[in-house]
Amino acid sequence: MKKILSSEITPEHIYQNRRSFIKSAAAGTASLMLGSFFSLSASSNTSSSEKLTSYKDITTYNNYYEFGTDKEDPSNNSGKFKISPWSITIEGEVEQAKTFSIEQIIKNFPSEERIYRLRCVEGWSMVIPWMGFSLSNLLKTVSPTSKAKFVEFISVYRPEEMIGQQSKILDWPYREGLRLDEAMHPLTIMATGLYGKNLPSQNGAPIRLVVPWKYGFKSAKAIVKIRLVENIPISSWMNASPAEYGFYSNVNPNVDHPRWSQATERRIGDSFFDPRRPTEMFNGYANEVSNLYKGMDLRKYY
Amino acid sequence: MKPYFSLQQLIFIIALWPIASILYTLINNNFGANPVEEVIHHFGKWTLIFICLTLSITPLRRITKSNIWLPFRKTLGLFTFFYASIHLLSYIGLDHHFDWNLILQNTIKHKYVWVGVVAWLLLVPLAITSSKKMKIILKDNWFKLHRLIYVIAILGVLHYLWLVKKDITQPVIYGLIIGVLFLLRIRFKKN
Repeated sequence: MKKILSSEITPEHIYQNRRSFIKSAAAGTASLMLGSFFSLSASSNTSSSEKLTSYKDITTYNNYYEFGTDKEDPSNNSGKFKISPWSITIEGEVEQAKTFSIEQIIKNFPSEERIYRLRCVEGWSMVIPWMGFSLSNLLKTVSPTSKAKFVEFISVYRPEEMIGQQSKILDWPYREGLRLDEAMHPLTIMATGLYGKNLPSQNGAPIRLVVPWKYGFKSAKAIVKIRLVENIPISSWMNASPAEYGFYSNVNPNVDHPRWSQATERRIGDSFFDPRRPTEMFNGYANEVSNLYKGMDLRKYY
Repeated sequence: MKPYFSLQQLIFIIALWPIASILYTLINNNFGANPVEEVIHHFGKWTLIFICLTLSITPLRRITKSNIWLPFRKTLGLFTFFYASIHLLSYIGLDHHFDWNLILQNTIKHKYVWVGVVAWLLLVPLAITSSKKMKIILKDNWFKLHRLIYVIAILGVLHYLWLVKKDITQPVIYGLIIGVLFLLRIRFKKN
């Protein structure tokens, strides 16, 4: 894995300052260029109160059931997890299946910073400066065939290193899926870092998916296999509770989880006395992604 | 030598532990990433614990064949109401900023919320009638009324069960403890 010198790591306060620059730059631009060095979607339609979540909060408050179901479990229990060597296989309905080592990925697909909101299905949210690249760049290298309609993501299965996998809380290994056009969307990234550093194990190292307009659980962590398939894949959460977790799982304030409201969210890092924030359609990325769902009943396809 | 505290007072002081521990976290700024959720869950958990403690007095009495436990039941019961009220108030005030419209929507639409609200409402008459005087006034009805605690205990566990996403270990543990405390009553009644 590429080593990053500590001198190269951007301190958190500079990140925060950089954001104010980004915002003023964005204000002068009528529309944002997707795929440019900074994907500014987090600031495209938001107020100045939307600052980055702290590195500490991002790395200690995680849902990653492979390491346990409490929020602190992943940071406490992921010490034994080996992220090297690592490879990722892309196969299925493709002209040419490929396996990349993580080193090849990092070399062939240069990372850029993507500041995205993350909205958890439980009703909390963060703003995270990911390092990553558009998944479409990776998928293009294997040339999906005309039969490829969906993309399935399969996470690693190593119960000896991942204590949560020793109980059957979900059907391991963790699986997630996207429609091919969702996977090819420029906002959909494979992340290998955050805050300019390598991705910590508790955040899905060495490589994870990030789909910012969907609830967080769609963004599978520690991915070892990507399969292009003809039929809709069944994700781990669909399997666990089909009435509660659908294939799409787009962030939508108008469609509640059967057991709780999705109208508002608590922003991690807000003070004790800050109110919850209203949740935005597609997590604030409606301009970029709503055309993917034109004419669809989002209540039915939740 | 006369003790500084009566046993009753000692129980009272120990029962304040949940307040002391959350104050300790607050003073040391030791909350995690989601302090509001932490406060709500803290008092929710302690409400369930105090329900279990309150329900354990009768079995204790019967097992030890002693009445010394009886005065603690009232203290523990009132603390149950106290912590349930802080729990509810932190949901309403801290988490939802008294947005009554949203709170009402949540209560109507989502069963974990309304079950919790109902459980708290049922605690109110028990707290109001907790005094010796009310016990004398209400006579047999007092005992009938206070059987509501069994319903409240079940609702409390359901409230927790319907909240958790997937890992039901914790609510099941509370459910089992309460189940055992119920069974102990039936067993002793038969004897």
